[in-house]
Amino acid sequence: MNRYFVPLAVFALLAVVLAIGIRHAPEKGVIASPLLGRPAPQFSLPELSQPTQQVRSADLKGRWYLFNVWGTWCGECRAEHETLLQVQRTGVIPLIGLDWKDDERDARAWLAQLGNPYQAVAVDASGRVAIDWGVYGAPETFLVDPRGIVVYKHVGALTQEIWSHEILPRVSAPGTKKS
Amino acid sequence: MLPELGHFALILALFLAALQAFFGIAGAAAGRERWMAAVTTAVAGEAVMVATAMACLMASFIGDDFSVTYVAENSNSALPLFYRVTALWGAHEGSLLLWIFLLAAWTVAVAAASRRLPARFAARVLGVLGVVSFGFLLFTLATSDPFVRLDPAAADGRDLNPILQDPGLAVHPPILYTGYVGFSVAFAFACAAMLEGRLDQNWARWTRPWTTVAWAFLGCGIALGSFWAYYELGWGGFWFWDPVENASFMPWLVGTALIHSLAVTDKRGLFKSWTLLLAILAFSMSLLGTFLVRSGVLVSVHSFAADPQRGIFILAFLIVMIGGALSLYAWRAPLLRSAAGFELGARESFLLFNNVLLVIAAATVFAGTLAPLIADSLGLGTLSVGPPYFNPTFMMSMLPLLALLAVGIHANWKRGRLGDKWRMLLNTLVAAAVIGCGLVFGIYRHGQVLTPVGATLGVWIILASLVDPIDRWRRRLSLSRAVLGMTVAHVGLGLVVIALTTVQSFTIERDVAMSPGASVAVGGYEFRFDGVSPVEGPNYSALAATLVVTRDGMPVTVLRPQKRQYWVQRQVTSETAIRMFRGDNILLALGEDLGAGRWSVRVQIRPLVTLVWLAAFIMACGGALAASDRRYRAVKVAAPAEEAAALERGT
Repeated sequence: MNRYFVPLAVFALLAVVLAIGIRHAPEKGVIASPLLGRPAPQFSLPELSQPTQQVRSADLKGRWYLFNVWGTWCGECRAEHETLLQVQRTGVIPLIGLDWKDDERDARAWLAQLGNPYQAVAVDASGRVAIDWGVYGAPETFLVDPRGIVVYKHVGALTQEIWSHEILPRVSAPGTKKS
Repeated sequence: MLPELGHFALILALFLAALQAFFGIAGAAAGRERWMAAVTTAVAGEAVMVATAMACLMASFIGDDFSVTYVAENSNSALPLFYRVTALWGAHEGSLLLWIFLLAAWTVAVAAASRRLPARFAARVLGVLGVVSFGFLLFTLATSDPFVRLDPAAADGRDLNPILQDPGLAVHPPILYTGYVGFSVAFAFACAAMLEGRLDQNWARWTRPWTTVAWAFLGCGIALGSFWAYYELGWGGFWFWDPVENASFMPWLVGTALIHSLAVTDKRGLFKSWTLLLAILAFSMSLLGTFLVRSGVLVSVHSFAADPQRGIFILAFLIVMIGGALSLYAWRAPLLRSAAGFELGARESFLLFNNVLLVIAAATVFAGTLAPLIADSLGLGTLSVGPPYFNPTFMMSMLPLLALLAVGIHANWKRGRLGDKWRMLLNTLVAAAVIGCGLVFGIYRHGQVLTPVGATLGVWIILASLVDPIDRWRRRLSLSRAVLGMTVAHVGLGLVVIALTTVQSFTIERDVAMSPGASVAVGGYEFRFDGVSPVEGPNYSALAATLVVTRDGMPVTVLRPQKRQYWVQRQVTSETAIRMFRGDNILLALGEDLGAGRWSVRVQIRPLVTLVWLAAFIMACGGALAASDRRYRAVKVAAPAEEAAALERGT
């Protein structure tokens, strides 16, 4: 061995670390967000079905809620809609929707046709609130605890599995599971 | 039809890249001239195919073809034409295509300039670039195809990420990528030299301009990104040590070391293996940056949608490219020992310090960036590393670097004696201390521990850089562009140091509650709150606060930060008001209505923050100037006899 092998050895070590990083990544890709463990961004937006009323993040404090980002233009959102309805039927946690960069009439028609799982839907026509939440693509779902802290984030369509393995345990046993 | 054509062009480009790699590397190894001659044809063909693919995707964007998934996800029929074009690189797939396109452009430039290189060496350089190109094309086609159709087609697109709907951020990626990709040329030159088993001073002279241009682009890209984060996004800062920012900063640091190491190899034929290693490292950092941003192993505010499968592919690619290059290095670098030596105190030793300190700086940034990942793989739980780590550790390697710079540029090659230059250096240091500290304390009358140090070093670097050029100019001696470029870049660095010192020491951030008519004094300025009045916009109505800013009784400006309510969305946004005054950057934001006409107002004053970006730009200009020096274009091909001998020796 001579000193010219040192860079190769260091790189080999690094490659192992990166490989381990990737093995953890599927799980991380789901929960990782700069928002985790931090307060949910503030917002105040009009309600979809009652435009005179506002959906305010301040009013949501003191209880758990699921913040679900969707739009009628988004195919995956349709795929997760059934799951959202099932979640709503359990009555465990209210769903707050963020209708992202969407046509309001289309959005109302969508909910009338497929059923409305949301307790309230905030209309984010310009996409500014979505920027604050670090949304990259719909659908995305955030779990926010009663202190207003984001404890979990799921990218992509919500599934029964994610609901029962990731979200439900966190809501029913808060404090036992670290974010 | 167009998307299929683009897809097909990409597949053809993949095959041509494979041919380019094979004919280049195998042709040179076997010494077959016809194979080597085919390389440039493959390069041209690949470039045409990649350009066709780019054009097809762009046409789909301009023509609002929402049957293409990527277009549907990143564009919208209401999007202005300019953003429909720039939306092409608004997300992962298109960014990769841009990467490949820029790589093809660099490769064509190298091929065009390769007439001045020995045929065999040129074939190897282009061959290595072919390997890089092949890897990225395969990655794109296998995991990130931008031409995938959407069935049924979307009625309208999801629109471009709103953050990217800004002229500055729209041009930021191409400039940054040009820098990233440019380091692949230095990498290819290094690999070709190792395959050849020979590295002379001509090699360094060929490599230098390419590296410097890539470095200049990267610097511009980083500065642009930082500028728009501050101005447009109003994030209230210009550098966050975010993984994505670090991913662009690390290759820049290593690239800076490489530029200086190349200078030694060029002038003195030394540091050969070290230069090779840096050339490999600089490109590795570019690739690694891509990996970190795309694979989702690290979390960033700029993150692209994470996809572990892409991560696995890039990791495999990293192992092949970097692992391959470093193996080649371990095998070949021992052949490249140089006999010449130098004394401690000679310019070589200062440049060695420069290299070591820059690499240490890059390593500390690297360690901080990867710390969360390493902690995670070792099962130590989640760990986050922020400015409290980065600022001091980065400074630890930067302070000695800056202190040595002024001496280093006046040191002689080979000999350690500075002679009578000591006196001049001492004089400039004293002058710098007087000017630097005088300015800082004269204007601000206070400071932190490192304030005088930073101010002195910044001024010293500028003064010491200017001594020789001014002297030569007064004696009517000619100045080469290389020296001029170096001087400009070093003056730029001095300005960056002064600007950063000032910003870090004297930034003021205050949240104040104000009633109409009341005044508040912040950082030498007087802000009078004249209440809030309604303003009507095209699609919003707003409340605009009027704040009259004065300094020592003299009017400075009137700032009107707004709270806007958009009619359609009934959504409230805050518009900050930013104004420059004598180098101070004043930022005001209107906060909450506290009732009874009282409002909370956020006041931020950042002195000289604009100079940070301006000076970074000056550094890049220095690089461009140096790269345009005539001596890099005058390099002649090695004599035919010499080349024939080299061919005979084989590899």
